[in-house]
Amino acid sequence: MTSMPPKSLPFDKPALRHGLGGLLAAAILFLAFAPYWAGRADLRLLMEAFGFLALAQMWNLLAGYTGLVSVGQQAFVGLGGYVFFGLAMFAGFHPLVAMPLAGVAAALIAVPTGWIAFRLQGAYFAIGTWVIAEVFRLIAAQFPALGGGSGISLPVAIAKSIGSSTASREMSMYYVAFTIALLATFGVWALLRSHWGLALTAIRDSEPAAESLGVRTRRTKFLIYVLTAGVTGLTGAFIFLQKLRISPEAAFSVNEWTAFVIFIVVIGGIGTIEGPILGVIIFFVLRGLTADWGTWYLMMMGAIAIAVMLVDKRGVWGALQARGMPSIFTTSRNLESKVKSAPVDTSAHAEAGDTVGR
Amino acid sequence: MVWLNALLQGVLLGGLYALFAAGLSLMFGVMRFVNIAHGDFIVVAAYLLMSTVVMAGMNPFIGIGLVVVIMGIAGYLGQRFVLNRVLGKDILPPILVTFGMSIILQNALLEIFSADSRRVQTGWLETVSIQFNDVVAIGLLPLLMFVAALAILGVLQWIFYHTALGRLLRATSDDAEIVPLMGGNNAHIFGLATMLASGVVAIAGVLLAMKTNFDPTAGPSRLLFAFEAVIIGGLGSIWGTLAGGIVLGVAQTLGAQIDSGYQMLAGHIAFLAVLVLRPKGLFPRTIG
Repeated sequence: MTSMPPKSLPFDKPALRHGLGGLLAAAILFLAFAPYWAGRADLRLLMEAFGFLALAQMWNLLAGYTGLVSVGQQAFVGLGGYVFFGLAMFAGFHPLVAMPLAGVAAALIAVPTGWIAFRLQGAYFAIGTWVIAEVFRLIAAQFPALGGGSGISLPVAIAKSIGSSTASREMSMYYVAFTIALLATFGVWALLRSHWGLALTAIRDSEPAAESLGVRTRRTKFLIYVLTAGVTGLTGAFIFLQKLRISPEAAFSVNEWTAFVIFIVVIGGIGTIEGPILGVIIFFVLRGLTADWGTWYLMMMGAIAIAVMLVDKRGVWGALQARGMPSIFTTSRNLESKVKSAPVDTSAHAEAGDTVGR
Repeated sequence: MVWLNALLQGVLLGGLYALFAAGLSLMFGVMRFVNIAHGDFIVVAAYLLMSTVVMAGMNPFIGIGLVVVIMGIAGYLGQRFVLNRVLGKDILPPILVTFGMSIILQNALLEIFSADSRRVQTGWLETVSIQFNDVVAIGLLPLLMFVAALAILGVLQWIFYHTALGRLLRATSDDAEIVPLMGGNNAHIFGLATMLASGVVAIAGVLLAMKTNFDPTAGPSRLLFAFEAVIIGGLGSIWGTLAGGIVLGVAQTLGAQIDSGYQMLAGHIAFLAVLVLRPKGLFPRTIG
């Protein structure tokens, strides 16, 4: 989806795309065996990164495609975490069952909250979602059974039900995180390649135009809001299973679950599937390099977000694409790459059926 | 009687919230964007007051004047050199830039002033009160602050309807694309709007510093209060915003009367209730 004509590349575009797709496939394969080659600290870092990737994909789907800029997604991270703790501790569900249930609960709760938040438009929607997240934070602090304002730890027995030894537990947890990240990324890709994706892309490009072409914009946006809330809740459940402790401040933190996630998406490139992936890598590298700067590290993150908006608001991947970088996760069906050699009609189908980068 | 007292305190608190809201509403009205760092700017003004009056020992009135001037100039420059560059049809860039500013400001304040909770003492002003009976009493300081808030809102109203600047701001609010055709300079008008809003923010910060404890992370909740007062009152009306601030203030003090844990929750719930029952606010648009 480039708006300007691509400049000539030093090498063949389809070949580059196949190369990038291959690189991605290799990286996924490499990460699939991480428990066999990575140390405990690396594994924990990867799990955290997968959590952020899933959150970033969801925020990107919401803001990048439906234009719903929410600064209140921490509502669903926290809800997912709290519902998970509640189900595991009081209803006796196995953690692996409680996690998806927490996601479903977050999606269900998103229906009434969305009904209220959708009364606000644009920037006011953003702050309205933040108020709703604050309400959840304050309510969570009112439940003494879940630790009230000071929080609660997950009983050891529940953590042990995932795996008896530390190693086996961490391995299962790793694959849970890996699955959530893959689900979020490829789920968004599948969604965008479906007829929903066409509607979403149309809404992203021009809402009135989409409306005039028969896209039910409001209903589509609402469904995406509920869907992203569900996956965000599922991710939240995992995050607090990994942390083994939950408190209202940590669960509904706007900095952690919204500001960082927005930075990841924006730095990487909003409105693309590659953007959040690139953003997570950049975010974790920056964090690793500057974590001991304390407050200066956070100030730098803020400055980078501002700089991206001032220099090129498409982000790193968006800027690369504008210079002719091909998509790995192709969601558009265009004719440009094969129009020189092949007849137009067949090339369109070839592109549409293409699953490069799987 | 306790409830009557809580109600009175809530009304007085509402004046401060209306002042928080006025700056936010002014910027939205003219430029159609919401400043996520609004609450942090209020807190910055509070720290500026502390630096000038408490730390440097300036005369309080000179100190307050200085805070207003600094904030006004910073607002104008920030608008011209940063925010104007990201305003447009896309709502995300201004949200993100001000979100970034919010994080930078909070951490810069933390770095300079530490995480300690501060307050600017006002001496005898704090202890004098008008006693109606043994329960109902109005403190002189809250009363003065309410009067100050009313005065500032009155001045804003006067600027909007009786000055050339006000005419420009109203014209820009009605249709920003037409104003340049009539010889207006949008970049400059936006700068002036933010300068005016920052002046109000400065006063709001000064009052905040005298009224309650504040720390570097106090900004976001002030942003939410400001936003709630704007929406409760209905967009685009100064006196509606005052009503919104009062509704929010009363909801909070009544909530606190039930249980101290309910103060914030009651305010948010009042806001959500208005949003459900009267999405356009209690007093919908009278001016643009």
